Amino acid sequence: MDFLTLLQILDSTLRLATPLLLACLAGMFSERAGIFDIGLEGKMLAAAFVSGAVAAVTVNVWLGLLAGIGASLLLAGIHGLASITFRGNQLISGVAINSLAAGLTVLIGQNWFGLGGRTPSLVGDGRFPPLTLPFSEALAPVPVIGPIYHDLISGHTFLVYGAMALVPASWWLLSRTRFGLRLRAVGENPAAVDTAGVSVVRMRFAAVAICGVLCGLAGAYLATGLSAGFVKDMTAGRGFIALAALIFAKWRPVQAMGACLLFGLLEAIANRYQNIDLGGVIIPVQFMQALPYILTVVILAGFVGKAVPPRAGGEPYVKER
Amino acid sequence: MVGNEILGRQDTAAPSAPLAIELRGISKSFGPVQANKNISIRVARGSIHGIIGENGAGKSTLMSILYGFYKADSGEILIGGKTVTIPDSQSAIRAGIGMVFQHFKLVQNFTVLENIILGAEEGRFLRPSLTKARAVLKKLAEDYELDVDPDAVVEDLSVGHQQRVEILKALYRQADILILDEPTGVLTPDEADHLFRILRGLRDQGKTIVLITHKLREIMEITDHVSVMRRGEMVATVTTADTSPEDLAELMVGRKVLLHVEKSPANPGRTVLEVENLRVVDDNKVERLRGISLQVRAGEILGIAGVAGNGQSELLQVLGGISNGTGIVRLNGESLDVTGKHSDGQTRRAKGIAHVPEDRQHLGLIMDFTAWENMAFGYHNAPEYQRNALLMNNEALRADTARKMERFDVRPPNPTLAAKSFSGGNQQKIVVAREIERNPDLLLIGQPTRGVDIGAIEFIHKQILALREAGKAILLVSVELDEIMSLSDRIAVMFDGRIMGERLPDQTNERELGLLMAGMGDK
Amino acid sequence: MDRMPKWADALLVPLISLIIAFFISGLVILAIGEDPIAAMKLMIDGALGSTYGWGYTLYYATNFMFTGLAVAVAFHAGLFNIGGEGQATLGGLGVAVVCLALPWPHWSLALGAAVIGAAAFGALWAAVPAWLQAKRGSHIVITTIMFNFIAASLLNYVLVNIMRPVGSMDPASARFAVETKLPRLHEILGLVGIPFNNRNPANISLLIAMAACVLVWVLIWHTRLGYQIRAFGKSEKAAVYAGIRPVRITMYAMLISGGLAGMMAVNNVMGEAQRLVLNSVEGAGFIGIAVALMGRNHPFGVFLAAILFGFLYQGGAELALWTKIPRELIVVVQALVILFTGALDNMVRMPVERVFMAFRKAK
Repeated sequence: MDFLTLLQILDSTLRLATPLLLACLAGMFSERAGIFDIGLEGKMLAAAFVSGAVAAVTVNVWLGLLAGIGASLLLAGIHGLASITFRGNQLISGVAINSLAAGLTVLIGQNWFGLGGRTPSLVGDGRFPPLTLPFSEALAPVPVIGPIYHDLISGHTFLVYGAMALVPASWWLLSRTRFGLRLRAVGENPAAVDTAGVSVVRMRFAAVAICGVLCGLAGAYLATGLSAGFVKDMTAGRGFIALAALIFAKWRPVQAMGACLLFGLLEAIANRYQNIDLGGVIIPVQFMQALPYILTVVILAGFVGKAVPPRAGGEPYVKER
Repeated sequence: MVGNEILGRQDTAAPSAPLAIELRGISKSFGPVQANKNISIRVARGSIHGIIGENGAGKSTLMSILYGFYKADSGEILIGGKTVTIPDSQSAIRAGIGMVFQHFKLVQNFTVLENIILGAEEGRFLRPSLTKARAVLKKLAEDYELDVDPDAVVEDLSVGHQQRVEILKALYRQADILILDEPTGVLTPDEADHLFRILRGLRDQGKTIVLITHKLREIMEITDHVSVMRRGEMVATVTTADTSPEDLAELMVGRKVLLHVEKSPANPGRTVLEVENLRVVDDNKVERLRGISLQVRAGEILGIAGVAGNGQSELLQVLGGISNGTGIVRLNGESLDVTGKHSDGQTRRAKGIAHVPEDRQHLGLIMDFTAWENMAFGYHNAPEYQRNALLMNNEALRADTARKMERFDVRPPNPTLAAKSFSGGNQQKIVVAREIERNPDLLLIGQPTRGVDIGAIEFIHKQILALREAGKAILLVSVELDEIMSLSDRIAVMFDGRIMGERLPDQTNERELGLLMAGMGDK
Repeated sequence: MDRMPKWADALLVPLISLIIAFFISGLVILAIGEDPIAAMKLMIDGALGSTYGWGYTLYYATNFMFTGLAVAVAFHAGLFNIGGEGQATLGGLGVAVVCLALPWPHWSLALGAAVIGAAAFGALWAAVPAWLQAKRGSHIVITTIMFNFIAASLLNYVLVNIMRPVGSMDPASARFAVETKLPRLHEILGLVGIPFNNRNPANISLLIAMAACVLVWVLIWHTRLGYQIRAFGKSEKAAVYAGIRPVRITMYAMLISGGLAGMMAVNNVMGEAQRLVLNSVEGAGFIGIAVALMGRNHPFGVFLAAILFGFLYQGGAELALWTKIPRELIVVVQALVILFTGALDNMVRMPVERVFMAFRKAK
């Protein structure tokens, strides 16, 4: 494998890790507040469709992005209603949201565009343009550093850099602000927050809303950044890989970036090679595809450092004395 | 009668000092149950005011109304002489009320400082709040003996220290009124003494303390005034110095305290249960049983007295096969496995041990199951409940349940009702019927009459004594000293995972047992 | 005191949920410019108006009975098995291995072996998450989701690299021998003189699914294991007091659940396709969740709900054929049913309870 190939694989790792990272951070905010969310997939899918559709019609990617976030927020609202207001089962709600998105995107897509669930290909301002970082061209000829800067770091869309920037921002928000303290507390012991005079319901809805916005970004990136338009089932399990990454990262933002980059790398390799020959042992591509899930099961099993979810996770809060 | 005299002078203790809290005619119902009936109370500023009553007397409900957890159906709350409404905890905090719950409301994996500032932050960012809280904490620690490491993670702290964090939380919010709900239930005697010192210090600085408890000793030791609640009503408020434990006890229960149980002399036979050096270590690696040795003979009731949480539950659970330990346990001379490798609740039952657990709602019954399904609980493998090798005989089980419900006067005697539809007393009768009717060699019975009405108490006591007459061995655990005194043939007192001493009921008294329960024993 | 009578809890609440789900689906159809009443008519006509339609309806219902029972059994043990999809996938592998391994002389022998193979493979796929839950406390919902994806990759690998016949480009197994072909429903009904359409895939698996409903009912309410499963599902703490071993019950319940999900493959792989293809489960594992919720985890309820979803599936296919409404409408209906009978259960239940309480007071 030469240097150029390596750069290409890493470049595609960054692109593929971005939607995972956004969805993973989305899940983090929700689950740190005690609301399990296995509906990341559905929210991403809905956002991808709506952003793809709106961007195609208006030829304005920003409108597409906003609309995508709106769609994701709507589903997040349903999840909040079910799991916070009506104290329903958060897991069942997640399953319902995934199905709802899978069905509605095709149903509406077919009705609007008649392309079998696809949206028309995005051109021009319908997509996020790659951003060329300063001095990219000037540095390009410099050996090693030049190509790394020019080909790998520069030339991504705004959402890729945005997702990366969200990692320290999320860390700061969670660990250094009042909002973060209360959000974490509500996921660990909502009774403590309640008796301290803070509304559990409001905190949890805020967390679910943040989750909706971030899933919206993730979905919009899929349709308008990574690809040029929406296709049926385009999330292809990414919401669950993000969930896996979240567990892998033990619900922490910086580790989440690591996990998403790792899973992005696996996907990039699987996309590029059919089978990998490791000195006689051939690793089939299917194994690479399954690896994120296998790793997550291993982590959950606690053989490699136990993953302890937020203590109040999955439990609706009922006021008690 | 002393009690009536006190009732008659209900307001003699009305404090002349300015009032911190005044409640007027508070009522609160939960469905058909009236938890608080027209309650009025006046608490003087700068005093320690006790509220005493049995379990379910309505103390906690009253305080929850004061802290904004429940809304009263009617009545008026005055704080510092001004009428206030307290729709939520935030308003209670703003009115200067702080509450220390029986079950702490702390975030276990947060530091002490983070817990203190939660909900009372200075602004959007944490750093200034943390800095301020650190300084305030230092000051409070000096003023009131309330020292806790501000950077310690709460889950690493002892229970006593966690409680201090709760008190600090309230003080940090500048509470003038501090309500403590059963604060000593989980404390060691040393920790309780320390708590009382803290509370006195707070009072001397002008804070008002409301102490909810069902322990007379605490009331006598620390309060200035005491209000007695019984079945949702406030029956008296008196000055502590003018009253006696006996008076208060009578007010609490509304009748002569000592239950008289007709009991024939004991006629103990062979040794049924032998326990030697039994030890139990819990999930947090804390040793809960520290080498228990005891014997129970046929036709004998061994009563285990003690303050809740001193290892009685663990003793019952390990003997009942629910949890594991180390040591020697012999039943009828035969050694039992207590490590859990080859034993569980089923093997215990097969050997002839029946177990009425302390917590009938969470252990003894499946609340969603019908009465007949519950009658097979733990005995689902019993041959008489099977139709053949594959199928259970539900008809036989229903018929058997109907018989047992009849015999134990369970009301309504309907086997197809869910357990949750019965009153506490009738639920307990179902459990007792199930366990006693198996004719076990050894009955383990914990808190047999907790949350049970008077009629059922007497019935259950009679059943226990009948089993004793039938020559069975009974290990009785109860936190009700009266119950222990009147039923037991021998009394062992547990404290901190050990047996502090053994007494005969007619050669001891509550005072001596109380000392043993407080860890002042003859060992 | 019960807040409302049993029948209301078992029938009225799910029925109201279903009506809400249908009503919203109707709005969706309206929104995309079609006529919901006409659509419903078309669905009823296509799915129930002929024995051809009934054949497909029952074929789909067979799948959903198996996956619905799988979810229901796990629910009784307090476990949420989202892994029906993966377990049914593995069940397909089991069926294919059995059918291709031996030259079966008669379908009945092959069927017996295939049922065992399907159940065994499905159970195996549920066993790992079950063991991890029981022994290591790993959340079974997450592990079963992960196992769905691992199953898909595994099947992909096996079909591409092992089972694909030489020279074939298709990621699918070889066709099963003609002797393993299962009797179709029209042949069975023909024996008793009932005419039935012969161009539909409904087959003898339907009878196995119905037998499974009865057996699960017996298991849950008439055996010691069922008693222990229900007790454990209601309260693990109390179960331990009664001497019910959590690890054992978790394993048994999940093995039965996975086995039932796996047995679905007898219907779709052996009864219909006669070979193993990628994604043969087609979401039936997830529909099982809707079916179990709708059927209140009772085998008879599962049976009815499975037929309802079989109807929706076949009706949806007809809709897609004759109108511009794509098949995915059914996924929307399924989602709404899960939402209202599962997650938003309290939203439907609380007003109903209030009505009953008010009614009782008035009396």
